[in-house]
Amino acid sequence: MAVEPILSVEDLSVRIAGLHILQGVSFEVAPTGVTVLLGRNGVGKSTTLRAIVGLTPRNGEARGTVRMGAQSLLARPTHRLVRGGLGYVPEDRCVFAGLTVAENLRLAERRGTTPAYDKVFALFPELDRRGRQRAGSLSGGQQQMLAIGRVLLNDNRLLLVDEPTKGLAPKVVTEVAEVLERVAESVPVLLVEQNLAVVRRLASDAVVLSAGRVAWTGDARELLLETALTKSLLGVGSAEVHS
Amino acid sequence: MNTVVLLTLTGLGLAALYFLVASGLSLVFGLADVLNFAHGLFLGVGAYATWWAAGNLPGAGSDGLGFVVAVLFGVLAGSLVAVLVELVLIRPLYSRTIEQVLVTVGLSLAGVALLQATWGADPRPFPRPDWSRDVTSVLGAQVPNAGLLLIVAAVVVLGALLAFLRWTRYGLIIRAGVENREMVTALGIDVRKAFTLVFAIGGAAAALAGALGGVYFGTVSPGQGGSLLIFAFIVVVIGGMGSVVGSAYAAVAVGLLQQFVNYYGTSGLGDLCVVGLLAVVLLLRPQGLAGKVAHA
Repeated sequence: MAVEPILSVEDLSVRIAGLHILQGVSFEVAPTGVTVLLGRNGVGKSTTLRAIVGLTPRNGEARGTVRMGAQSLLARPTHRLVRGGLGYVPEDRCVFAGLTVAENLRLAERRGTTPAYDKVFALFPELDRRGRQRAGSLSGGQQQMLAIGRVLLNDNRLLLVDEPTKGLAPKVVTEVAEVLERVAESVPVLLVEQNLAVVRRLASDAVVLSAGRVAWTGDARELLLETALTKSLLGVGSAEVHS
Repeated sequence: MNTVVLLTLTGLGLAALYFLVASGLSLVFGLADVLNFAHGLFLGVGAYATWWAAGNLPGAGSDGLGFVVAVLFGVLAGSLVAVLVELVLIRPLYSRTIEQVLVTVGLSLAGVALLQATWGADPRPFPRPDWSRDVTSVLGAQVPNAGLLLIVAAVVVLGALLAFLRWTRYGLIIRAGVENREMVTALGIDVRKAFTLVFAIGGAAAALAGALGGVYFGTVSPGQGGSLLIFAFIVVVIGGMGSVVGSAYAAVAVGLLQQFVNYYGTSGLGDLCVVGLLAVVLLLRPQGLAGKVAHA
């Protein structure tokens, strides 16, 4: 990679409850665009994102080097990493079901900064209209918009987004992909995604994990053109790649 | 009719005492996942600090404004001890549940021993305002003022806690943290500050229970906190971990059940029925009446 990466992961190993989930993973994230983390189920994609943001579970341990610019991340608590510009949208949304939409957003506000409500409501006008509704009563797509909107209230240097289209209807998948495309124009994104149509639309670079190791890195579109390669790495056929 | 009114109001007085202890315990467990067996110590500290202040602190006394000053001193002392316990003993053990239990049980025993060593094992008469020894006629029943005082205090504390949870930034963090603590940190919030705050709030409420419990029982003794803590735990489980409103409902259910069964059945049967109620709730609704939600 010719340009300086926004994130570099070197020899990252994660053990959880005695299982060696990640075994020396190394890759870089470009300072612009979307880098996608691919792989079959259970290879450690979400574990990688969680380790980067300091959310390895209590019964686990993360080792290696993770740097965002000159800053080392692994030893720092999650809230400091996030305040330092590392935005995280978890798998399954994780909105606070008992709080209203407005309260979910208010929770993400930070002292000393002006929350970018205009930007968030421009991307997701529905969040403005549903401010008083409990987040638990939103549809899956609306919850995903809230989860992304919550992170976009603040300035980020890098966004980690974990399976944002999982379980969503095709129309909503398109909407979420459009939003991420717009977001990625201003902030780099490390995306975990299973939907290859979304990957083809958004990703410039790809990192493929297999059995806890990096199996392939390179241009995402190049990967998707290689049917035999995608089949061997991701277990999908040409119909799914080109759908 | 008079008996029913009297039993209802004295049962609500007991419920108020349980609620004051259980509300903080519930928030601490709901947010921080800490089963704090030392919570009874905060009650003991509040009771003894109030007792000590009434006799020794300038401006404090056993009646009028002096009594208010003594109670405030007790509440402050309980809150301070709770914060120290959280910062020094609990914080290094947040990921180690068994060690937490051992430390808080040990602290509870050591606290009782310390109170005994300092002021003796025998109950001591509690300084209380004269009016608290009187009774008020309610629908023909002669209800002790001390019980009514507890009810009023519990309602005020419930209202204050709900307002705090509903309207303040830290209240919002606590409500969110009870649902998903990890996600709160992933939004850039240092949730440990909220842990300390819920310990301070819980310690203050328990200390208030200690001070007003002294007025209600007329004495203060080192083991008082421990015996009330057992019922407070039952209230927390029945109400739902982390739910202040659930704790209030459960406290009322436990207080009334105990009072009525002890009166119409044999003494002690009420305690057994409370354990039975706990078993029924655990079987039918293990998450408690309100589930794991910090209601505002």
